[in-house]
Order: sequence, then structure tokens, then C-alpha cells
Amino acid sequence: MSWIDKILPSGVKSSTAETRRATVPEGLWKKCIKCDSVLYIPDLERNQQVCPKCGHHMRIGARRRLDLFLDDGGREEIFADIEPVDRLKFRDKKRYRDRLAGAQKSTGERDALVAMKGTLHGQPVIAVAFEFNFHGGSMGYAVGEKFTRAAQQALLERIPLVCFSASGGARMQEALISLMQMAKTSAVIERLHGAGVPYVSVLTDPIYGGVSASLALLGDLNIAEPDARAGFAGPNIIEQTIRQKLPKGFQRSEFLLEHGAIDMIVDRADLRNTLARLLAKFLGEPQPGRVDDEPGAVEAPAASAATPVAAPESAETAGEAGAAEASSEAGSVEDDTDSSAEASESRDDEDQETPPRSDG
Amino acid sequence: MNPNYLDFEQPIAELEVKIQELEQVGSGAELGIDEEIVTLRKKSTKLTEKIFANLSPWDIVKVARHPLRPYTLDYIPRIFTDFDELHGDRRFGDDKAIVGGTARLNGMPVMVIGQEKGRAVKDKVYRNFGMPKPEGYRKALRLLELAERFELPVITLIDTPGAYPGIDSEERGISESIATNLAVMSRLRTPIVCVVIGEGSSGGALGIGVGDHLAMLQYSTYFVISPEGCANIIWKSTDNAPDAAQAMGVTSGVLEELGIVDATIPEPLGGAHRNLELMADRIREHLVTQVTRLRQSPVEDMLEARYARLMSYGN
Repeated sequence: MSWIDKILPSGVKSSTAETRRATVPEGLWKKCIKCDSVLYIPDLERNQQVCPKCGHHMRIGARRRLDLFLDDGGREEIFADIEPVDRLKFRDKKRYRDRLAGAQKSTGERDALVAMKGTLHGQPVIAVAFEFNFHGGSMGYAVGEKFTRAAQQALLERIPLVCFSASGGARMQEALISLMQMAKTSAVIERLHGAGVPYVSVLTDPIYGGVSASLALLGDLNIAEPDARAGFAGPNIIEQTIRQKLPKGFQRSEFLLEHGAIDMIVDRADLRNTLARLLAKFLGEPQPGRVDDEPGAVEAPAASAATPVAAPESAETAGEAGAAEASSEAGSVEDDTDSSAEASESRDDEDQETPPRSDG
Repeated sequence: MNPNYLDFEQPIAELEVKIQELEQVGSGAELGIDEEIVTLRKKSTKLTEKIFANLSPWDIVKVARHPLRPYTLDYIPRIFTDFDELHGDRRFGDDKAIVGGTARLNGMPVMVIGQEKGRAVKDKVYRNFGMPKPEGYRKALRLLELAERFELPVITLIDTPGAYPGIDSEERGISESIATNLAVMSRLRTPIVCVVIGEGSSGGALGIGVGDHLAMLQYSTYFVISPEGCANIIWKSTDNAPDAAQAMGVTSGVLEELGIVDATIPEPLGGAHRNLELMADRIREHLVTQVTRLRQSPVEDMLEARYARLMSYGN
């Protein structure tokens, strides 16, 4: 208790981080977890959920992601009818079936992957995105199957496949069926590689376990959003194993770039243009025209694709603070670890979420 | 408690101690010791049969991790002849948690790749407890491609607590090393026959586990996350590992029903470690059958069948 609490009349509480968050009017304002700026939600939304002040990339859902990525017209959802299957009749404290029903109700999705066919700057593509709020974006049969069918469709039509992954790993409740989805998705990607059909993997926060060790790192190009976490083992598992603190920024995009796991880090506002430019070269198409009225464009300096979202200096500081926070967080929450399977039941705020663990 | 026997095997251990004691007393017809030994032996066998007929999934997890459980290096000289170990990934180092090399199976040249946990403490440390790092998977990848080049069928022996979760592992791209193996094994133009001989833990096991045929030894296990890990996440306590083992279906019986495992190789009474020679014979027989079968079909057909099988997982 600080000195000010002692002199305040009873009933008046100092504003801790917790209560401050609670007093922000719901639906209109949101606080950036990196720089603490209070942001007007419509502005934030226009900026593709990237903090206009510090450039922090907040998580976005699968549909919103595809909406931002694909051209406005001519998109259709594909393989929407694939349903999860509870082959093991898995039951812990709750039945898996009930957990699935709950996740379906809360997200409106049948499982954790959404697939669409559309165009990117006019180039036909198939794009899939993980819904992290559905069981922590974990991969069981339905996710593996939908990814595979989307890839086969891309192969058939010889059009690029782009995957936005965000996942805690393989889904425990489908046990070895989940594990085998790793083999299945990797096999179909290998066919794309063999046929010269481009596959671009975009890593968004967070990606762990079985998804990391299969489809997310097998892109012809692996691209990450800034400050996204990706790794095989969760930081808490590693800390428990080696009994050491993890270095700053461990498993973040910048770490992945430094260690050669990804080709580049691309701001959300630049993704469309960057991917269109890259794919056009792979496909032997002419250079696509720059599109400046990107869906996320708000004020000119903040959203022009050519300019970093924030001043580089402040973004860097924010990134470092974030990394420090994440590693201390990882050390302190081992009892509260969200599994790939359980993350959907965790709190909404990104800063509260630990990277979900999975051995996958 | 006898460390060479598991908790549920202790009654067997006690009988075995009695038998040993009697044997030390020596034979004496007039005392009826020989007869007593025979009776006790029968009793021990009966007891073992009884106990092993009712193993829970968690018991099987324990047998799969039994301190005397035969490892890859116990099997290689008994299953194969003419083994030459090959080392290194040509990029970073030589991972001791994965061993591999050329050998002969019934005279036929093959490539063998397996995880090795190590027996004594020093050996376990040397082998990193069977937890491969990226260089291990990349060594395996190199041997797979070598096998493809020279048309050697590949045999993989799976036994790992998982890929190594460490800073260096992540720095060198453990995810990518496993993912690449999955992709390459899905289209390698030579037969791949996989056998889980102990503990098949998650992506670390699958990293050498994609092929045309997957068998498990009767008391081996295969899971997406260790029962302890699963229990820790769902029940918030590793005490519930037996529940997790039950719920996830980690044994060959369940996995055969799910269409993931193709065959179960029966173990000698009391587990593979009770009769290593017999176990090795059975594995060899199995491998010869599978490799012979796979070599009979044209490579394209074999690859299509392998791919179709991968695509069918979960259907």
C-alpha cells in the first residue's frame, strides 16, 4: 500500500492498473497494453487494431484478418462446413463436446480456421486465418482438414495460398489425431512446393507447438508481424527445463529474423502491398500498382504503407518493454498456463495471456 | 521397493527375490528346494500374466519408460547386422539423441534412424535423455535423403520424451527442423517403416515418424503431449496424469481404432526388457515383412498410398 492510500478516506481506492482498465468506458476506448495510451476504438479499428501511438499490433480475429487482407469484392468462404469431431469422447472436468459447443457459441465459428477464396490486388488467392479465440487457435482434425483442403484447392487452381497463423499448437483433446494433422498439412504443403504454387506463411502472435512445427514455418516465405511470439516450446516450459531466465525478446519476431527463421517482419498496414509485390514476382506478373487507400488508412502519416506506424524510436522502446514484460510474465504464471485448448477461456486482454503451451 | 520393477510389479519382484534366495541355497533334493523353485516360477509367471492383462494406460506409460526398457542401441545390433553409424548434420553438429546409419536387415541394405535415451546417468546426459535438438532432426533429414538417393528402405525407431525445449533449440529452429522432416518424409521415394519402441512424445517423435507403415510395441505409448503436461494444463496438477493418459488414449489399441497405428507388435510377458532377444526377433520379422511388401509395389503407387493415408487422418 502506498502512502497515498493511507491518507485517503475509506471507500476511495487508488487506481491500480486493474481498476483503471475497468473504468475505461466499454465499447469506446481501449488502452494499449504496450504504451498505455487510451485509444478511441473507432480510430483503432480504422488502423487495423494497431496502436497509432506505439505501433503495437493487437490480436485480431480470423474474419477481420481476411477482411483486411483480401480485396473488397469477389470473395467467398470455402470449406465452411467442416466440423470438429470428438473421436475420443474426450472428457476431463468438462466434456470436450461441451467445450466445443461453448467455443462455437462464443466465436460464431465452427472451429479455429476460416478459409476464403478471393483476390489480392486482383490476383486470385486462397487465404486462411486462425481464430485464436476458438480453443486458442489449436489444431485438431477440423483445422488440419480445412487447411489441407484449402491447400489442395490452391494446388488445383494453381493460385497462391496465404496462411495467417495464431495458435497454441496441437489440440490435446483430439490427442494423436491432432498430432497427425501436422504430418497431413506438411505433406500437402510439400505438394504445393513441388508444383511451384506459392505458399506464404504469415506468423501472428502467438504460434507455438504443433502449428509452429508444421505449417507455420514451411512457407516459401515466412513473414511475421512485429513483436509476434513464435516457438516450439512455450517460454514457461523452457524456463522450467533449463532453470534460467530467458533472454529479452526471446521467440519474438525480431529474434526469429535474427536467427534466420523468417524472411521479414512486416507491419500489418503493409501486408497487402508487400505480399502482392512478392507474389507477383513469383508468378511472373507485372508489378502491382501501389494502393494507397488501404482499408486501414486513417491519418496520412500513421497509415501510409511507406511510413512506419510510429516513430521508430518509440516503437523500439515499446517493443523492449513488451518483451521484458512477457518474459517476467512467463516466469510468474506457470500455474496459470493457458493451454492451447484452454486459451479461449482465458481473459480477453492480450497482456493477460501467456503464450499457450503445448508439446505439439 | 525394487527399482527394476514398477510399483504395480512389486508382488512379482517379491516372488523373484524368493526364487533367487532359494537358488542361492542350492539344490537339495531332500529339501524339496528344486520343486519349490519350479512352483514359485509358475506362480511368478501367473502373477505377471494377471497383472499385465489389466494394465491401465498409465501403467503402460510406466512400462514404456521402464528403467530397463530396451532402447534403440539395444535393438540395432540384435535386429540388424553390419551397422555403420553415420554422424552429423553437416550444418552444425552431431546430435547424440538421434542415432542413425546404414545396416542390413536380413541381408538387405537399409537406413536406420532412432532416438536414443541412454542407460546410465552419464550416458543419459550424453544422449540428452533422448531429446533431440534441431541438428538431430537435420541429421535424420540428411540420412533420409541419403537413403532416397541410394534406394535404401528407411527404418525409424521412435523413443523420445520430446524435442528438447531449450534456448539453443529455439535459436537454431527446432520447429522448422521438425516441420521440414514431416514434409520430406511425406514424399521420400523409398519405403519408410516406423516403429514406436518406447515413448512417442509429440512432435519430437513425429519428426522421424512419417512413413508408409506405423507400428507400436504392445507396451509403448504415443501422445500429442505427455500425460503429465496434459494433466498440468487441464487439471492444474500432474497428479492427474493417469486421468490424462486415459482420456488421450495413448496406447496402441486406441490408436489402431483411430486408424493412426497400423499394427501392434506383441511384447514378451512382462514387457520387452524381460526378453530382449525375443523382442528383437519379433521386430525384425515385422520389418522384413513390411519392407518386402512395400518394395513390391511401384514407388509412385507407394507414394500415393502414403499421401492418401496422411490425408485420411481424422476422417
